[in-house]
Amino acid sequence: MSSTALAAAPRQDWFREKILLGMDLRTYLRSLATPLNALATLLIGLGVTVLVYRFAAGLGASTNLSQAQPWGLWIGFDMMSGIVLAAGGFTIGSAVHLFGMHEYHPIARPAILTAFLGYVLAVVGLMADLGKPWNFYNMMVTPGSASALFEVAGCVLMYTSVLLLEFLVPVFEWLGWRKAHERLEKAMLALTVLSVVFSTMHQSALGSLFLIAPAKLHPLWYSPYIFIFFFISAICAGIAMVVVEGTLTHRIFRHRITGKHADMDKLQIGLGKAGAIGLFAYFFLKMQGVAEGEHWDLLFTGWGAWFLLETVGFVLLPSLLYGYGARYKKVKFVRVAAVITVIGIVLNRLNVSVIAYNWDKPNHYVPSWMEVSVSIGLVTAGVVAFRWIANRMPIMSEDPSFASSEF
Amino acid sequence: MRVAGITGTTALGLGASQARASSSHASLDAKGENESAMLVDTTLCAGCRACETACAEANALPQPAPDAAVAGVVRDTAPEVFTVVNGAGPVGRDGDERFAKRQCMHCIEPACASVCMVRALDKTPEGPVVYHGDRCLGCRYCMVACPFEIPKYQYDKRAPLVRKCTFCAARQAEGKKPACASVCPTGALSFGKRGALLELAKGRIYRNPEKYIHHVYGEHEAGGTDWLYISDIPFEKLALRKVRDEAYPDKVQGALSAPPFVMTLWPPLLMGLYAFAKRREAVNGNGNAHGHGGAAAGKEEDRHV
Repeated sequence: MSSTALAAAPRQDWFREKILLGMDLRTYLRSLATPLNALATLLIGLGVTVLVYRFAAGLGASTNLSQAQPWGLWIGFDMMSGIVLAAGGFTIGSAVHLFGMHEYHPIARPAILTAFLGYVLAVVGLMADLGKPWNFYNMMVTPGSASALFEVAGCVLMYTSVLLLEFLVPVFEWLGWRKAHERLEKAMLALTVLSVVFSTMHQSALGSLFLIAPAKLHPLWYSPYIFIFFFISAICAGIAMVVVEGTLTHRIFRHRITGKHADMDKLQIGLGKAGAIGLFAYFFLKMQGVAEGEHWDLLFTGWGAWFLLETVGFVLLPSLLYGYGARYKKVKFVRVAAVITVIGIVLNRLNVSVIAYNWDKPNHYVPSWMEVSVSIGLVTAGVVAFRWIANRMPIMSEDPSFASSEF
Repeated sequence: MRVAGITGTTALGLGASQARASSSHASLDAKGENESAMLVDTTLCAGCRACETACAEANALPQPAPDAAVAGVVRDTAPEVFTVVNGAGPVGRDGDERFAKRQCMHCIEPACASVCMVRALDKTPEGPVVYHGDRCLGCRYCMVACPFEIPKYQYDKRAPLVRKCTFCAARQAEGKKPACASVCPTGALSFGKRGALLELAKGRIYRNPEKYIHHVYGEHEAGGTDWLYISDIPFEKLALRKVRDEAYPDKVQGALSAPPFVMTLWPPLLMGLYAFAKRREAVNGNGNAHGHGGAAAGKEEDRHV
């Protein structure tokens, strides 16, 4: 080895250990050549290509949006669903750091990372959907503060920053920056409080968006209390996502867990109890919405059947499954219920923003393949980013040398 | 309610009605009465579409479609078409055709402007709801919000804009009438202050109660609009959509009043819960042996799992 190489050695070692997982560059690159990685590259590549095309050719060429249907999949899925599925960050964060449920600590970091990635990708999806995203700064110059969307945008921006700071704790452990880590830990309580404040506001404001369109959204979904539905269902989605993502990551990143393994089954059964209560409250509220609007007769229409599928099949049913699983300590039921809940809440967001919107119009909107491929690309990017980070940083369990870490 | 307004005027007596009506309107419906407004008397409209041509010229839009292409079709406005005259066929009481011009209604409390987070759509005190394309970031929430489905989007452009009738705000500022009203040959379009035009509209209905529908479309629709319509056939037949009477921004007010409470009440509440949790841990004896307070207690519990 030459002398110059020797001088650069420490840096190279760092790079090798931290980025290349201890392999040399060639071995590392070879280790990337897996079928799953190829698929992920393909999906992300397609999504990026379509995004480039969307900005080159315009929204009309890339989407099926129309004058009657200004919001489509990128709002309904990327933004509305992306943000609600990222609610696990503040749900678990507040349970652990504020309400003293420290037993859930081992799943807090994955939940916060999922939330952070979810928000970043939701913002990317939103940027793709905006006609002139570069005008975003006007929110500060000429703020339209009477808009529910202003509340959403402002809170999402703030909360994404909060999530970034929360995520920096494991990043600093990874980098070995003790001083920064220590300072951040001191701010953690405040950050968790802020995460609850901002989440309460924007999760519910995403529902308030539709209060202005009473004639366009089907009466079974339109309710003056829609913002409460959105908030309660966000908590349910957060809990469900933590179960789903915990099940997957605990299996996939088993090798990344240092020290004592948490009893995942026990934790998930506890989450199941919370999920059962949350979902049942949500179901009850949804029925209250029907009663308040006196829409019982609408339940016997085609849209009513669709509404019942959502509320009974994807809210009441998982609530009961959660309850059964929690009562009889059957974690499989909890996991199935969590998957159903996640699907059900995405279905709800799509119903409100796309499917039951303009329900009485002919020529209903169906997303173009390009819209779908961007959404798939974003989800794939999220999974890949999670994997990259969890394989390197102390996400699955904290760095033991930072033993005082509460967060 | 609306009919009651008109019959109420009747009860005051014919001679005094004009003066009394205006004062009663001032108290009942002062909302927006000094905004500039337009009254469309659809019984006077001949369907010549001169307003469409004038609108296109004033706004540098492409020439309107030829008559043959639009006959018998109910049209909507479009990014490059700010107003359309729709025919309803020979449905008038005299057997003549009836037409209605469609464009932005310029609500007194516009839903579109209320939801715009960069105030690209803005309600001017003079009345017109104007658009600042340089502010717009293209979220298209205005299109979701507008009950009349007026804002249209340039989906085919790389830097798209929301497009709609501006009530010729620039012409109005120069003291001119909007382009459409300046060319209307039949007097179907009357331009003036909203309060005066409402009186004019109600006066016409009052003098011809058999002819007109007893309703001024736009008086209460969406909380009141600066464009007002009177007709002798049901408004739906003229492709004027049924819209709720309430001001749409009001529907969001309840939900939007929550943030101040969340911001002020959540933090102390959450901190209180945190204090409870910490105290509970201390009492349970998981406590402060390590001198790290909550952090140490947290670690302890983790190990118990």
